[in-house]
Amino acid sequence: MSFAVRFPTDFVSEFERMQQEFDDAFRSFGLPSSIRATGRGAFPVLNVGTTEDAIEIVAFAPGIDPQKLEVSVDKGVLTIDGERPAAAGIAAVAENGTSSRDRVNVYARERFTGKFRRVINLPKDADPDQVRARYTDGCLCITVNKRETSKPRQIPVQ
Amino acid sequence: MSERTEMSVPRPQHMQAPAEGREHHEAPALVPAVDIVEDENGIVLYADLPGVSKDRLDIRVDGDSLLIEAHASVHVPEGLKVLHAEMREPHYRRVFTLSPELDASRIDANLKDGVLTLHVPRTEQAKPRRIDVTVN
Repeated sequence: MSFAVRFPTDFVSEFERMQQEFDDAFRSFGLPSSIRATGRGAFPVLNVGTTEDAIEIVAFAPGIDPQKLEVSVDKGVLTIDGERPAAAGIAAVAENGTSSRDRVNVYARERFTGKFRRVINLPKDADPDQVRARYTDGCLCITVNKRETSKPRQIPVQ
Repeated sequence: MSERTEMSVPRPQHMQAPAEGREHHEAPALVPAVDIVEDENGIVLYADLPGVSKDRLDIRVDGDSLLIEAHASVHVPEGLKVLHAEMREPHYRRVFTLSPELDASRIDANLKDGVLTLHVPRTEQAKPRRIDVTVN
């Protein structure tokens, strides 16, 4: 829900909230509630773009220790693996089962926690040996260079 | 229009209408996901704001409302053609209503790796305390 595009009308946001509640209800049965490949709550959210030299992937994955992010490429498939721990207060409540002892109340729990994996099929011209990844402000930016031979080039006429 | 979430009230307040005169007719914005936890010292709010740096984050308190507004920016090379975008709106906005026992003048904000942590302490009077019983 949180990353879905919102329109500035109350009706739409109410509708989205309802849809989210349906999604949550169906997820507990293990059934998808939409025909989309990724659920609405897919984490992290991905943007993919391309330039002449490279394929740029941005994963919006805030609050993760970069050491625990794993980016791998295998047979033209790029995988982002990781785990996001729950916020301190919420983790304590989850452990104790009850919050009454520590007088901790949880009023909202919308942020994603747990293990995640996103998989991206790289185009044929991607070079799996030239992948760079950096993590800034909660965004994982991955650059996959294109193969030299596939780059656009001018052919001189003799 | 911003979603308003009542802080420090255990009941869900989804259907709560926004207060009059405070409506925002601004550009569409994402509602960031939040965790809100209360302990005896006050409230801790965690908000996911990926791509937001310190200078693009705006936190404002006006009366009993707390506004979080932020703009995400990710460095992308020139000439980028977007193939697939799940995140289209790089703007976040969310409004919360602070309950009167919270001390809005002592809010502490910290932004790390795209997660905003806000500590909103309780007023001294609202903190739970022991009352000593004197025996005559």
